[in-house]
Amino acid sequence: MDLSLTPEEQAFRDEVRAFFRDNVPASIKKKLQENRHTTKQDMVDWTRILHKKGWAVTHWPKEWGGTGWTPVQQYIFNEELQATPAPPPLPFGVNMVGPVIYTFANEAQKKHYLPRIANLEDWWCQGFSEPGSGSDLASLKTKAERKGDKYIVNGQKTWTTLAQHADWIFCLVRTDPAAKKQQGISFLLIDMKSKGITVRPIVTIDGGREVNEVFFDDVEVPAENLVGEENKGWDYAKFLLGNERTNIARVGASKERIRRIRELAASVQSGGKPVLEDPKFREKLAAVEVELKALELTQMRVVANEGKHGKGKPDPASSILKIKGSEIQQTTTELLMDVIGPFAAPYDVHGDDDSNETMDWTAQIAPAYFNYRKVSIYGGSNEIQRNIIAKAVLGL
Amino acid sequence: MDFDLSEEQRLLKESVDGLLKNSYDFDQRKKYGAEKGGWSKAVWGKLAEQGLLGLPFSEEDGGFGAGAVETMIVMEALGRALVLEPYLATVVLGGGFLRRGGSAAQKAAHIPGIIDGSKTLAFAQLEKNSRYDLGDVSTTAKKKGDGWVIDGEKFVVLNGEAADTLVVTARTKGAQTDRNGIGVFLVPRDAKGVSVKGYPTQDGMHAADITFTGVEVGADAAIGDPENGLPLIEQVVDDARIAMCAEAVGAMDESLKLTVEYLKTRKQFGVPIGSFQTLQHRASDMFVMLEQARSMAMLATMAGDFDNAKERATSVAAAKVQVGKSSKFVGQQSIQLHGGIGMTMEASIGHYFKRLSIIENTFGDTDYHLQRVADGSGLI
Repeated sequence: MDLSLTPEEQAFRDEVRAFFRDNVPASIKKKLQENRHTTKQDMVDWTRILHKKGWAVTHWPKEWGGTGWTPVQQYIFNEELQATPAPPPLPFGVNMVGPVIYTFANEAQKKHYLPRIANLEDWWCQGFSEPGSGSDLASLKTKAERKGDKYIVNGQKTWTTLAQHADWIFCLVRTDPAAKKQQGISFLLIDMKSKGITVRPIVTIDGGREVNEVFFDDVEVPAENLVGEENKGWDYAKFLLGNERTNIARVGASKERIRRIRELAASVQSGGKPVLEDPKFREKLAAVEVELKALELTQMRVVANEGKHGKGKPDPASSILKIKGSEIQQTTTELLMDVIGPFAAPYDVHGDDDSNETMDWTAQIAPAYFNYRKVSIYGGSNEIQRNIIAKAVLGL
Repeated sequence: MDFDLSEEQRLLKESVDGLLKNSYDFDQRKKYGAEKGGWSKAVWGKLAEQGLLGLPFSEEDGGFGAGAVETMIVMEALGRALVLEPYLATVVLGGGFLRRGGSAAQKAAHIPGIIDGSKTLAFAQLEKNSRYDLGDVSTTAKKKGDGWVIDGEKFVVLNGEAADTLVVTARTKGAQTDRNGIGVFLVPRDAKGVSVKGYPTQDGMHAADITFTGVEVGADAAIGDPENGLPLIEQVVDDARIAMCAEAVGAMDESLKLTVEYLKTRKQFGVPIGSFQTLQHRASDMFVMLEQARSMAMLATMAGDFDNAKERATSVAAAKVQVGKSSKFVGQQSIQLHGGIGMTMEASIGHYFKRLSIIENTFGDTDYHLQRVADGSGLI
């Protein structure tokens, strides 16, 4: 047992850290530190920087631009990226549809889509959830009827993150209405410019516009846009959701957040001394640091296990990463509320985009607190994670 | 980065698990607890036979030169079986002082007896008002000729009644809470002036309150520097905290196992109660808490040998916080999910809860260690 990094791994960490230090545009870094939203252009610029370095799709197979890194190296890369902070590569392409395409799609699809994902020429969004199908995803109703060499798609998707920027959407659609729930679902790639698609924003409680409803009204999709076999989409979706869980602990991001909390708490006064010197605040901060340290170790155990025994099914223990990781992220947003106290209240009507040049660093603290309630809901709610542990680990 | 056990460590784990499986079920434990001093000499002999009592001692001293991971393996197994025998008191604490601070003569005088199982030790540290502060010592050791005279009272000394030798903290100079002026002394339990009042503890172990009245010991009784023993005390107590973290992980692991087994077999409303989602989620939360504790027990195990004492102390304190919180949750919810049967002395689950509760309040509880983490400059 040895919990420290090997000298090679340490050298790798230093290399990655230096790259992020020198290459993340200052304006993007500041936005992330202050919890402001990055723009589409920010993401494109940053992805091109990563791509040039060969680090845009690190975990993909080498022939499609991957690095061939070990799980430990992948882990270090993600940790350092989050701790900088730098934006993670856009997950919908890189972590979700990309792996589905290189694992299940045909050669022509791989050749067409994968390079465009790696360089962010195509912005992808995810068409899974529907108004009536959240945790019970397999109950989805959006249907695709085969007519000649086309599918005709009708229905509605929701919670579609950043659909307003998207060029493409990958969708789960029902192709066999007679089949049982999980059967009869297919995995379809749809051009967002297709006639009959309407995107309507959903404004969340923080005032942000991250998510959307996407309506499909007799949308014609070429049959060649089907991934894998018809009615096997649920298998591909399960594969995709398994991949989604690996990066969800966000330990590096929470580390960055805790460093920032310390910094800010040292600069804000309460009763004539910095908030950081308030014993109650310090204890709360210490408590979340302990939890985060424990989570970091738990994550390392999962990563080391993957390294030893190969990438197979996702470790059901990774549900711990989702549950604790989300709780800790939420706690850090609460601590920032504690730091600014009454100055949580002012609402900046000018929004958080680039046009708002005079935005105060306190402005996004309350919105972030509100917004982060989402993290225990998305990616399989924490209650679903508990179901997974109960069934897959405890055998209940 | 590697969390796997080596081949030798795996064999050690198999051997200690196997031994306890055969000789330490719940009924056997009850019998051992009723023996004189509160534990079984026969079991202790078996632990010695398998070499478990010699693990951390250097080969030069007759031991196996094993590291912190080996102690973790043993303590986890002892926790799983709720072992009453004085491994913590003798091998980790008493043996720890000898190993880390003892002179060649002291080692030669005491370590062979520990390893062959013929002698046990106890650590007499706690005082009426010292609570968790290791530097709060009012028991005195005054110079007399070449030797020392010890006066004072110590409380809740684990294995204090059965021990052959006591390792006693005493002040050689300065005021009650000065960090300087604390010594560590080896005192035969049957020395003149030592009065021992033994009793069982809530978790089924045995401890003693011990009074020292004009107890005379030689110059060779002092372990290390008699005027600056606190760093050694802090290190050995950290060893004990680390060991108890592993013990708690073993006890929690078994608690969860017993509880899940109960959820699968107990039927109400015509179905196993484990089919109810409320109970499933509670059990899942117990699993999360257990694994978080296991991670921190591993961190603490690695931290035990850090050169930087501050870093070591902060890591161990953080581990004690996580393990304390997890112990409370897993312990309490184990009882809750067992329902009425969990309240009975006959069921083993309550005994796990009790041991976990006492571990939490030994050598600093969760609040105490959280304060230590908070006082530092951060863990992240």
